[in-house]
This record gives sequence, structure tokens and C-alpha cells, in this order.
Amino acid sequence: MAARNRPVDVVIVGFGWTGAIMAIELAKAGISVLALERGADQDTVPDWAYPKVLDEVAQSARNGLLQNLSKTTVTLRHDKADLALPYRQIGSFKPGTGVGGAGIHWSGVHSRATPEELRLKSHVTQRYGAKFIPEGMQVQDWGVSYDELEPHFDRFEQVCGTSGKAGNLQGVKQAEGNPFEGPRSREYPLPPLKDPPTSVIFAKAARELGFHPFSLPASNASRPYRNPYGCDLGPCNFCGFCSDYGCINYSKASPQTTILPALKAMPNFSYRTHAHVLRINTSADGKTATGVTYVDAQGREVEQPASLVILAAFHLHNVRLMLSSKIGKPYDPETGEGVIGRNFCYQLISSVNTFFDSQTYINQFMGAGGVGQAIEDFNADNFDHGPLGFIGGGVMWGRQTGNGPVRGIPLPEGAPKWGSGWKQAVKDNYLHTGRIEAQMSNMAYRGAFLDLDPTYRDAYGEPLLRMTLDWQDNDLRMSEFFNEKLKATARTMGATSFSGRMLKRGDHWDTRAYQSTHINGGTSMGTDPRTSAVNKYLQSWDVPNLFVLGANVFAHGIGANPTGTVGALAYWAAANIRSTYLRDPGPMVRA
Amino acid sequence: MGLVAALAIGTGVVIAVARHVPGPGLSPAIASRTPDPKHGAYVAVLGDCVACHTAAGGKPLAGGVAFNTPVGAVWSTNITPDRDHGIGRYSLADFVRLMRQGVRPDGRRVYPAMPYTAFAKVSDEDLQDLFAYLTRSVAPADTADRTGPWPPHWPLAFWNIAFHQDRRFEPDPHLSAQANRGAYLVQGLAHCGTCHTPRGVGFQERDLDGRTNLFLSGARLDGASPVNLRGDAGDGLGRWNEADIVELLATGKSIHSAVLGPMGEVVADSTQHMTPADVEAITVYLKTLGPAPAAEGRATFAASGATLDEIKAGRQTDPGGRIYMDSCAACHHLGGEGAGRSLPSLAGNSVVLASHPDSLIAVILRGDREPGAAAAPSRMAMPPFAWRYDDAEVAALATYMRQAWGNRAPPVRPSQVREARRALGIARSRPPG
Repeated sequence: MAARNRPVDVVIVGFGWTGAIMAIELAKAGISVLALERGADQDTVPDWAYPKVLDEVAQSARNGLLQNLSKTTVTLRHDKADLALPYRQIGSFKPGTGVGGAGIHWSGVHSRATPEELRLKSHVTQRYGAKFIPEGMQVQDWGVSYDELEPHFDRFEQVCGTSGKAGNLQGVKQAEGNPFEGPRSREYPLPPLKDPPTSVIFAKAARELGFHPFSLPASNASRPYRNPYGCDLGPCNFCGFCSDYGCINYSKASPQTTILPALKAMPNFSYRTHAHVLRINTSADGKTATGVTYVDAQGREVEQPASLVILAAFHLHNVRLMLSSKIGKPYDPETGEGVIGRNFCYQLISSVNTFFDSQTYINQFMGAGGVGQAIEDFNADNFDHGPLGFIGGGVMWGRQTGNGPVRGIPLPEGAPKWGSGWKQAVKDNYLHTGRIEAQMSNMAYRGAFLDLDPTYRDAYGEPLLRMTLDWQDNDLRMSEFFNEKLKATARTMGATSFSGRMLKRGDHWDTRAYQSTHINGGTSMGTDPRTSAVNKYLQSWDVPNLFVLGANVFAHGIGANPTGTVGALAYWAAANIRSTYLRDPGPMVRA
Repeated sequence: MGLVAALAIGTGVVIAVARHVPGPGLSPAIASRTPDPKHGAYVAVLGDCVACHTAAGGKPLAGGVAFNTPVGAVWSTNITPDRDHGIGRYSLADFVRLMRQGVRPDGRRVYPAMPYTAFAKVSDEDLQDLFAYLTRSVAPADTADRTGPWPPHWPLAFWNIAFHQDRRFEPDPHLSAQANRGAYLVQGLAHCGTCHTPRGVGFQERDLDGRTNLFLSGARLDGASPVNLRGDAGDGLGRWNEADIVELLATGKSIHSAVLGPMGEVVADSTQHMTPADVEAITVYLKTLGPAPAAEGRATFAASGATLDEIKAGRQTDPGGRIYMDSCAACHHLGGEGAGRSLPSLAGNSVVLASHPDSLIAVILRGDREPGAAAAPSRMAMPPFAWRYDDAEVAALATYMRQAWGNRAPPVRPSQVREARRALGIARSRPPG
């Protein structure tokens, strides 16, 4: 018999970026808000105190900030005919845990989805015709427009103190910004970070090739900054410990640096750590959420009643909770019916190490997670796909994120793998190695989905989430297109040699090698309850007092990094809950 | 016989003095005035009653906070209207006598850790309102006061004779009404001198009303060295403009520095809640204070790029400088300039330059955390470094900072760090966690 807590107005499952955003925005409406976090509490000091946190073994090799896979994980397979096996070691993607969630160990790249991506099906159909969409690709419109989201993209950037340079201010193109971006209502809150050597060389080469390089927007502060909540950020010092690490000096935007100081001061807000939510409880007719049940630190089941439930955990857990709580119809790849688990997507990354001569100093020990120069000439539909015959696109960049010995020192092909030869190669190359990458959208396909694993269960006795995903012909042909751009760029940069992982036809998703944590989809937003789990306000079609946040609401993959869009969608949902739902609880869109 | 008589008379005088209960000094007109408890609540904010009278985890204003005086520990008392444990049975006269003389209704003296030397300046009206607030608006708490046999309280009667002036605030005709309001607050309710004015042999503040330039010229207290608030360009507020001071009091930080230690509580509980007019008045008054008396060891500051040039040229060989580059420069930067309001500047920082380096040593050893005001809620923190460096290293680091970037302050000795470790109870140990 579960213990029962006093009811609250709002219970939020997960206390990372989206949970923190929703918590502060709803707490400002004066209602009682409780956030439940499965992990521990954590903050800059003491948890990421200098110099202790700058420990590549503890953080990068042993994944100090990531989900403990021995307690709960996922199973993986490429195809529904395969047997899925558990993800027992962190590899391809890195779910976080603890207060702040993945908002602690992210890199800081802070981009927006493009206007076309948010209505990709309509756009592609209009420009190329419906037949351009290959059989089995389930691309669809998101139901929300870029113009609707713009104030919320802006809000999240203002909160994060994002460093960047606008390329399109209210429709007017701006020099040195990204000319392909959707119109912005105003400039970034902070100017771009200073370019490290890789970015300088990349931008020069990109310009020579006729591309349009711009400073990648970064939520690594370029200046001291006070955000709209009054929270302070310090300027980034390019120490190179962003991705995998908590920021030592309040430079990287995280819930802790940008929201929690103001949120924790609000008397109608509270949070509990070590509260692992097992399920969303619903009324007998299944149409109303009555709260959630979680396991506390002592292993007791506790029921937390609430009038409004916000699902704000990481992607995987949001989808799993929808399935295990039996909310919404599970997706069936045989029939194509059902929505929970549908349109599970990822991103593709091709990564090229560029080796320079001994006079070209890259100094890869320094950098910042989000700093870099990028091009979006080949993102979304910024280029003519007609003759190319694939859908989707991506971002190419020359970033310099910081690298150290434990994280792996790339060496040119043919360099010795061990011994004094290896040491000499490291000595010759470490200061002269850069990296350029293409990050590409992964479209939604009928055969890529999430469901509950029939075999494996976690430490709480719950079935693991099962991922079924592999690269498809459309995506790999896109990657081959990008590979040529990467090679041309590397050559133009003057690299003496370059090598890396460039995805091509015949390649499969390698779940062992890290590529990004940008998994998305599974509880798509949309306009049609037959193809989406939540409406344009991220409200469950089936349970109107349940809102679902996170990249899991993406209708399909995008080219840019997802965090900016995830945050914007959370602000969008919060604004509409406040302006509409709280006044008139019920379905905000009539299906 | 004569000796016995003299002893007897002497003892009698001592007892008489110790038992003498002075009058509260209230104007008769107060009897016909209607008190305003709402204003009294604001007076409590100005006086920061809560900082000393609310213990961590305790009931509001129920006392129990320990103070280490030179003669032993004393505890703050329950000032809720509880009739048995608080001030519920006090009359206004009882209350005012305590506030101005440090004498309780039962004749027992309180230690001047309770700053009655400052509160003596406070007007009848403010005290009447404060009393009304405490007795009508505060919830009674049945928390018993904590006392011990030591230190004795009766000698304080003589301390009062020697050091206490029961005088109301007198406006200075040379100052504006605004500056006089500031002076009234600074000398009285806000009791800034309790921490910031140097103390004498009897642990008395050496100036209670700004007659000399010792007032607010920086002090040593309980392991800290509250900074000089006078107009010195080195360790004082000489380079601060009024807006900087206003901002510090409202948010705990400014472009120059952030508050440390107990001043964080003062900002959190008191100054951030003051009216803009009062903060402005305090600021205007502070800016009227001229430099502290010239003394050996008084710091100076004249911004200099020489330190940074030396580092950039690879000529930095000072052991303290090496430690600075390893452990401090990541946030405070090689030029010591920090970053805006987020990461305090160490160049020209009054904590770094303070005559007594106690606060500087303490913050290196144990780190610190900003108070987090409503207008700037981030409680940014500096991590501790006691685990990383021994006494000689901390002294070398502190000395380096006191002499870099144009800072000129006397060196810090390893023995001072050793004393600070002992006083703060900090051993050198492995890193936390």
C-alpha cells in the first residue's frame, strides 16, 4: 500500500531543463508546484567545484553525471526482427540524472529549429510534390509554427544568456549572422564567443567554398550576464570541460545557473530528490491524470496526487512512462497505428579530425562546448533537394570543445597505436589537431519506434524501453552528400591529412560510439490524434491534464541541436497553460 | 578595621552599581503616541533583528544563536512575545531600557554583542513601533533562553560606565537631511559599527558616532575582518560611487566586489528590504566619511598592468603567483579583474586589501557563498581551498594577491593562516566528497 502525500496543484516529473522552466513559469501563476527528481541534488559548489570536477576519468570515462545504467536502461536493436539487448554501457547517447538533468553535462550549443522543419510535410509537398516523400517515411507537421514559437525561442535564449550573432532580425538579413535562420525578434543577449583556431580556419575555408559561416549560438556566456530571473552568469574561460561536466564558473547555462536560484526562493515551489516516478495515475475512465506514483530513496512507493501532471523527464523516460502508464495508444509498426513510440528519431553525425602542420596551432586543450563557426547552407530546406533526392539536412561546423588525454587523442591514419611511436605521434599532433563535423537530421520512419521490452526489466521491476532504430537510405545518402562537403572543407582548411567517421550507405547505427544525446520523437506533437500523442500545446490528446515536454515531442528529427527547441517548446506550453488551461482546464484543441 | 570597612564599602558600591537599574530615557510624550506595528516591522528589518535572534532551524526571533565574545560564548535571546520565555511581560520602558542600556527588567545585564551601544541612538518613536511589532505581530515561541554561569553579567555595569554613552542620535548640522537620515541608520538601527569599527582594550567600539575617523574604518571580529567603509581609495569606499554601494546593499554584489561572510546575512535579511530612500541615505552618509587615520599597513591601490605583463611574459616565479594561476585565475582571471558582478575583482578589492587579512584567509580556506537577494538570487559560491594548500602556501597566495595588480597591502604570515585555521576549525584534508 503506497503512502499518500498531500495533493499539489502541479506535479512535475523530472527536474532538468523542461521541469525547471515549467516549474518557475507555473509557480509564478501562484499555484503549488512540486518537482520530483529521481537523482540527487547538485549544484556548482560543491559538486562541480574547481578543480575537483575537471577529472576526465570520473566524468568522461566513468560518466559521473549520467544515468546509472545498472538501475534502469533501455534495450536496443536495429530492426523489429532483431532481438533487443540492454544498453549496459554509455555509448551512443548520454542520459543525465539528478537535479538539472542533461542540462548539466550538455555542451551549450543553443540553436532553433527552422520554420520549414516545423511544417516539413507541407513544405516538402509544396516544393517537391507528395511523391518526393519516400515510402515508409513518416514526416509530418508539428502543429506549431515558427512564428508562434519565436517569442519562446527568444525567451529561452534570454534566460540562458546565449552568445551569438543574429542573421535575420525581423526579416532583415544581418551580416555575419546565419542568413538561413528564421526571423528573430531581437539580437542574442550576448555577443559571440571569441573564435578558437579551429573555428577561424573553418570559417575562412567555408567562405572560400561559397558557404555562409556564422558563430554557432552558444549558451556558454561570452560576458558576465544577468538574466530575466535575476540570475548571474560568469564569462566562459574556455577551459574545455563542458560536455560531460558541470561548469566550474557559472558560464554554461543550466537550470542551476539560470533558473533554480529564483525558483527555489518561491514559497509555493518545492522539489524532492531520489523520487523515481513509476507511473502516472489515471482515473478509472483513463481520461484524467490523478497524480503519479514514485519510489523514494528508501524504496517505498509513494502516491503524489496532483491536479496537473507535467512529464518533464528525459526523452526515454517520458516515452516509457506514457507506455507503462497506458496513456495513449501504443504504436504498432505492423499497422502503422497508434502514437506512443511512433516517430522515434535520432541524428547522424559525421566527424572528421583535421591534422595540421607543426606551425598551425589548434591547441585543442582549450575550447567551449558551444563555441564554433558553422554553416547552415545545407540544413533543412535551405538548398534544393530536388536533384539530390533526399529529405533533410544538417549543420556543419568547426567547433573546438576542449579535449584531453583521457577523452582520447585523435591521430592521423597510420600512426602507431601504442608505444614510443604512439607517444611521438601524440607529441607531434596534439597541439595541431582540429575537428569538423556534420550533424544531420534523422527522419521519421515506419520501422523506427519505441515500445516496452518483453524480456528485460529494471531494478524497479518495470519493463525497459526498447529502441528500434537504424539509419535509412534517405539519411545515408544525405550523409554521403555531406561527406563530400566535409572533405572539401578539410582540404580547403589546409589540413595535411584528415580522417574520421563519415556515415555512408551500408552503415548501421553504432550504439557503442558516442555521437550525440539528440534522440527525439516517440510522443510526437501534431494536429492529428491518429499520428501524434500531444497537441500543439504539448497536451495529451487522451488525458487533458497531462502535458508532455522534451525532445520526445519532436515530430521528426531536425538538423540543429535540440536544446533550444526543447526549451522554447517548454516556454510555449507554459505560456499557454497559464493563459488558457488554468482558466479553463480541458482539451485546448478539439480533435 | 579600616581595610574591612573599605572592602565593605567597596563591595557595597560594586553591588549598588551592578544592581542599579537606569531609566529608559523615554520622552513623556511617547505615552500619548499611538504605536505603528507595521512601521515597527520595518524597524526590525533596519535593525536586522532576525540575523541574531533567529537560529538556523529555530523559530523566528526565538533566539539561541551563539556569539563568541572574548570572554566566552553568549547566546541571543527569545524576543517573541511569549510570556515565560520571551518579552511578553515587558513594558515599553523595560524594552527601551534593554535596547539602550542592555539591562533586562530583572536587572540582569546583556553582553554588548547585543548592540545596545548603537541602539541607544534610536528614537523613542522607532523603539515604540518596534516594541509594538514584536509584541503584537510576532508569533510567541516557547524556546527557553540559553545561558551559562560564565561569563558573568554583572561586570557589564562597569563596562557601561567606562564605554557606553546612552545618547540619542544628534543630527550633524553640516550634513543634509538625507545624510543625517543615513547617519541615524548607520550609527543606530543598522549598527554598522558593531562589525566595521575597530574595538579597544575593553572590546568597545572606539567610536560610536563618527566623531573621529576611526568610525567604520575596518575591524577584526570572530575570524573575519569587516572592511573599511570610509573614503580611502585603497581598502575603503573611495573608488566606489553611490550607485555601487546602493547595488551592493540591494543585491549583495557590485562591479567592485561581493559581500562575504556575515554581511551576506545582513543583505539577505536587512539591506535588500530597506526602502530605496533609506539605502540611498546610508550611501550618501557613507560617502561623507573621509579616509581612515593613516597607519602603518594601511593599504593603497593604484591599478597596474605590471602583474599581468609579468605573467604573459612567463616571468611569474612567485610561489603565491603560481598558486594563483593554478587555483584562482580560472574565475578571477590573470589580471585579477574578475568579471562584472559575477566573479569578484581582486584588484582593488577591500577584502584583499584589508589591514587584517582574516577575511581573505577565511575565504581562501573555506570558500564562501553569496546571499542571494531577491533582485539577484544566484548564490554563486567560491569553493574551499583549505584541502589543497598548507599554511605557508595560503600565506604566499594571500600575500601575492595583496601585492598584485596595483594592490599594496602588508604580507600575510603562515602563522596568521595557522591561527585562522584553528579559529575556523579547518584542518588541511583531502578534497571534499
